[in-house]
Amino acid sequence: MVGYPEALTDPSYNGQILTLTYPLIGNYGVPDPSIKDDDGISKFFESDKIQVRGLVVHELSLTACHWNLSMTLDEWMYNEKIPGISGIDTRELTKKLRTGGVMMAALVVSDSEIDIEEIKKQLSSAPHYNSEQFMDVVSTKQERVYGDDKKSVVVIDTGAKNAILRNIRQMGYKVILLPWNVTYEKIISYNPKGVVLTSGPGDPQNCPDTIDTAKKLIENNIPTLGICLGAQIIGIAGNTETYKLKYGHRGQNKPCVNLENNQVYVTSQNHGYGITPESLEKSEFNLWFTNADDKTVEGIKHKKQNCIAVQFHPEAAPGPFDCKFVFEELKRLMEK
Amino acid sequence: MPKNESLKKILVLGSGAIKIGEAGEFDYSGSQCLKAIHEDGLKSVLINPNIATIQTDTRFADQVYLLPVNPEYVESIIEKERPDGIMLAYGGQTALNCGVKLEESTILQKYGVSVLGTSIKGIQKTEDRQLFKDSMKESQVPILNSKTVTNFEDAKKAAEELSFPVIIRVAYTLGGQGGGIAHNEIELHEIVERGFRASIVGQVLIEEYVGHWKQIEYEVMQDYDGNNIIVCNMENILSMKAHTGDNIVVAPSQTIDNHEYHMLRSAALRATKNVGIVGECNIQYALEPNSDKYVAIEINPRLSRSSALASKATGYPLAYMSAKIGLGYNLSELVNRITQSTTACFEPSLDYIVCKHPRWDFEKFELVNRKLGPAMKSVGEVMAIGRTFEESLQKSIRMLDIGNDGLVLNRVNGKTYNEEQIENKLTFHDDHILYNVAIALKMGISVEQIYKLSTINPWFIEKIKNIVDIESKLKDSELGESLLWEAKKMGFSDKQIARVKGKTPDEVRDLRKKLGVLPSVKQIDTLSAEWPAVTNYLYLTYGGHSHDIEIPSDEKGIVVLGAGPYRIGSSVEFDWGTVNMVWGLQENGEKNISVVNCNPETVSTDYDICTRLYFEELTQERILDITEFENPKGIITCVGGQTANNLTLGLAEHGVNILGTSAFDVDRAENRSKFSAELDKLHIPQPRWQAFTNINEAKNFAQEVEFPVIVRPSYVLSGAAMKVVWSETELKAYVKAAADVSPDHPVVISKFMLNSLEVDVDGISNGKQVIIGAIVEHIDSAGVHSGDAMMCIPPWRLSNKIIETINEYTKKIALTFNIKGPFNLQYLVHDDHVYVIELNIRASRSMPFVSKLVKMNLISLASKAILDKPLPKIPENKWQKIHNYGIKVPQFSFMQLQGADISLGVEMQSTGEAACFGNSFHDALAKGLISVGYNLPVKGTALVTVGGDQNKQKLVASIAKLKHLGFKILATEHTAEFFEEKIGQVEIVYKISEPERKPNISDLLYERKIDFIINIPSTITLEKYVGMLDDEYQIRRKSLELGIPVLTTLELADSFVKTLEWLKDNETTKEPIEPYDKFD
Repeated sequence: MVGYPEALTDPSYNGQILTLTYPLIGNYGVPDPSIKDDDGISKFFESDKIQVRGLVVHELSLTACHWNLSMTLDEWMYNEKIPGISGIDTRELTKKLRTGGVMMAALVVSDSEIDIEEIKKQLSSAPHYNSEQFMDVVSTKQERVYGDDKKSVVVIDTGAKNAILRNIRQMGYKVILLPWNVTYEKIISYNPKGVVLTSGPGDPQNCPDTIDTAKKLIENNIPTLGICLGAQIIGIAGNTETYKLKYGHRGQNKPCVNLENNQVYVTSQNHGYGITPESLEKSEFNLWFTNADDKTVEGIKHKKQNCIAVQFHPEAAPGPFDCKFVFEELKRLMEK
Repeated sequence: MPKNESLKKILVLGSGAIKIGEAGEFDYSGSQCLKAIHEDGLKSVLINPNIATIQTDTRFADQVYLLPVNPEYVESIIEKERPDGIMLAYGGQTALNCGVKLEESTILQKYGVSVLGTSIKGIQKTEDRQLFKDSMKESQVPILNSKTVTNFEDAKKAAEELSFPVIIRVAYTLGGQGGGIAHNEIELHEIVERGFRASIVGQVLIEEYVGHWKQIEYEVMQDYDGNNIIVCNMENILSMKAHTGDNIVVAPSQTIDNHEYHMLRSAALRATKNVGIVGECNIQYALEPNSDKYVAIEINPRLSRSSALASKATGYPLAYMSAKIGLGYNLSELVNRITQSTTACFEPSLDYIVCKHPRWDFEKFELVNRKLGPAMKSVGEVMAIGRTFEESLQKSIRMLDIGNDGLVLNRVNGKTYNEEQIENKLTFHDDHILYNVAIALKMGISVEQIYKLSTINPWFIEKIKNIVDIESKLKDSELGESLLWEAKKMGFSDKQIARVKGKTPDEVRDLRKKLGVLPSVKQIDTLSAEWPAVTNYLYLTYGGHSHDIEIPSDEKGIVVLGAGPYRIGSSVEFDWGTVNMVWGLQENGEKNISVVNCNPETVSTDYDICTRLYFEELTQERILDITEFENPKGIITCVGGQTANNLTLGLAEHGVNILGTSAFDVDRAENRSKFSAELDKLHIPQPRWQAFTNINEAKNFAQEVEFPVIVRPSYVLSGAAMKVVWSETELKAYVKAAADVSPDHPVVISKFMLNSLEVDVDGISNGKQVIIGAIVEHIDSAGVHSGDAMMCIPPWRLSNKIIETINEYTKKIALTFNIKGPFNLQYLVHDDHVYVIELNIRASRSMPFVSKLVKMNLISLASKAILDKPLPKIPENKWQKIHNYGIKVPQFSFMQLQGADISLGVEMQSTGEAACFGNSFHDALAKGLISVGYNLPVKGTALVTVGGDQNKQKLVASIAKLKHLGFKILATEHTAEFFEEKIGQVEIVYKISEPERKPNISDLLYERKIDFIINIPSTITLEKYVGMLDDEYQIRRKSLELGIPVLTTLELADSFVKTLEWLKDNETTKEPIEPYDKFD
């Protein structure tokens, strides 16, 4: 219903065809992508381009209306050359994904009869999502700095959302954004107060360099926060295992229980992989958050070191920001 | 197991009779609350005089008291029942206010009753203007600037500071009365001066006016541990201009972005946390359309109309969950009722769009102002579900049952306007606003211009334009498969398409089926298909390619049609009928029952009542879609009021099996000519009648039987276009009106017999046996619509002979019409003769009243009759053997309807009713009158103004009694003269139209020097409105606005005075009602 500009630009969706369950999409158009905040971070988007490979909706609103719009969704996708399809029974499609799991797909439009068998053949020979190397695509190639505060936080970019950067800036820290395969030593050379491992696309096992770095961050007790993919990487670094969820958690309405005070929070989520619950026991972590519905792992805390990680998105965008306090928790570790 | 072991017994307060602003939604919320309590093994006690509700059946509550919801009565029940806890959030503002008073007078403390859910302190934070301001400030939630003033100079200063326009709210008056919107100093002066006079404290509030801002609402749940979630958000299409109750509302919001959505969401969570909500609340915002500036307008710390809508829109049962929270559960301990595997602590995601449309009944009221504004005027609502906005909107219009088939292409397509007129219509919203937007678009007015005038967000106007564009496409193009799909996705009905194409609806239907243009059945599951749903809460849409469910052939069931929106004449009693029918069928072994209904304020649309719930249109097209999908054993049309009943014939003609009385027999009763002819055959007398096709026939007949006559069309409920006509000129006008309302059926006129009694009989038959529920006597004389009349069981003015005759006629008629199921007969008794006026072969308005008093559930018996099962042996005339008196009193909502006259006539005007039982006539009547808001003073001053010598004569005894009781009697010149002669001293007061003469009625009213008014209009002719009796109208209207009871019929005045006399030496009884008798 809301949040398509944010979702479409979230690097975690890179390489995916996204289908939206809400049937009316594009009602409020798309804001101006050139508008930046004081730090030069895009004000309304999560990265500098549409990340999804395709969009599937029930009804595309061809007219849009909002004080903050600069174009329609249709115009935006056209400009960025991203294909989309409307008129689809997305509820039926969702049910298919619910039972069949996330799957390879193709968008095919034709005036004549579509040869389904031929499409299937093409699809099976296309590179599989699981085997794709996303880091080269989504991660920054060089160091980027936002703000000029004295204290800084290093963000390891495995597909960082701008909202993560904005949240760190709001706490009063300079952000130093570094490539996904940056070494521990390089990080330390900036003398940061803490490190954030971000969300991003694909299997955490595809980020071996980041896992190595994370191990050293833990070893050296550098205050560290992992978000989503970053949480899985930290998990692996601390001896947990990860697995691919059949269907994943995607949406803005996922309830998570904070086991420290039994409070339930509604969170924004977007992940296809997760930390295996059974693997926690012999790992270095305690369970911090669980999913109230399926009891999967939603957050972990290191037993000894200053390292925390959440599977959901405390930075929101799109979605609720009830869990902003996770950033405050990082701040507490950094100022300890 | 109860969560909180200190709780054993819980008191729940209901909302009383249905009125504008407090309707059937509180039967839904109260019933859910009682269900939640019952599940925990706790005892429940309910106080609610609304007899027509499900909650006042003894099914959910352990003890039910049909008593006024006020501190005195509630205290006496607390003293008697000694509950541990009290639930205040389920009976609207009535229950909430009562709870605050109970706390303030330390009654709750005295008896150790704890408030479950939001505390009184929390409630006060939302109700008290200053506390609310403080709380919002602490929560960092902005609110509107306002200032309280006591004189015009200050008002002017405040208005200038805030800058015009401003909204003026009058302190301590109900429902936005007396206030208004001032665009300049002149208007300000007028409204403020009026406000000072109307306010008992001489105080008004001047507030910024943000009419063009978006109106957005959030429904919040919070538990004792502080876990909180948003269950639903909604957007009002008519911006802040119209009260949300009068607004067309969509869920979820459509025109705000992620930032705004979550900004308001978080503000809602902060605000409710600060207030200390425990359970459910609704928060309303105004959002500037050109920025993200917003303000919180108000918080409702209780279940509301919006929360009922949100429950139905999302499938999240807010009232039930809220009650569980009140009992001590936290959100994560509760389970999502739809998936039964996920937690209730989540935020539902929708994959459809919901459109709520209000139902107004302005036609029923003379002189009423149809403009929409800050005070709510609608009497009910519908909710439509679709997968495009256009589909939902057009569905909702059909659901209203006002004769329209959608936004465009209706049978009557409204007026044509010139540019200036349409601009005016767009600026000042009335109940036709969306039709007017469509008209403006057709006139070529731009979307931008329409937005500027109407403040309706352009997105919605664009969508309306899509509907208008399809209309012209339908006009200009061949009707092929793709156009059919397009039109159906835009919510066009077969009737609309047929009309523009010069075909019949059946031809369009056949073509669609041939081309495979068919709707899909989809589930509402709270999670957009992410988890499988175990409940079947369903809707139909053309925005889909496959059904979510299939019906196995061994699960063929019965489809029960509900009653559609609440409106005058069809209210919660038909929901009671629908739900009791479902239960009755289930108790008789039927496993698969489907319900079709579209009213979010009902219990019948709770998805756990039946096997499959279709939240759908009650139109022939949609019911055929459903029956084709369900392939049911049969369909029941006799419990959903006239809406369902009217579908009987058409469905039968399309091969649907009607369970119960056959369509043929229903038609014989509904068709006035056929019915009257049938009675003649039986030699049962009826007032002289004639069906006519032209005005000359009508005129000749009227002259022959002498005026007055009643003119009425067939197949209508509650006197739509039914009129008592006193002269030839009127006759001409009404013949036309009647023909418009029911064009396919003949219009009948009959003799109107003055000075007669009216009697209702409710009964059940299975074609062999007839069970008479009760004979119900109207207290008011015939001519007052049966829905507006006070009713009494047992009758006390009817001789045994008359009762015998009525019994005999009833049985004869029931058997002649082969009735299988419920029926209602209306009789006139005139000069010791009995005449039949009407037969309704369906559940009636009075059935819950009869069933509860006689302890015989008529609908439950009807379900046996419909299933062809033998009826149990019930003693003949069981109703005569009960020891109680039951009196049903109508509830009016004139207060909300600016300008409406409150004198009663043949068109029904009441919005609800209360009924109380007692040991004597006056015992029951006293409680009934208090229940609908009459204050029964023990001493004070009465104003008497009576038109016509005959009426004056009839009142002498009552006025004498009143004087004897110690009341001071005031009267206008002629009346005073008349009564002084008969009963001694009467003080003279002067008419409102002569303000220079003192003492003047107007002053006395404002000074609160009159306790009640007996104001009997001269005649029931139309002339009363043409100036000369304007004074009486002024008195009625003014006193209403000031909350002073006005008695407008002789019978009511007489009963009222006798009740005052009775109360001098007696106290009313306070007994719970007894459960229905079980029959084998």
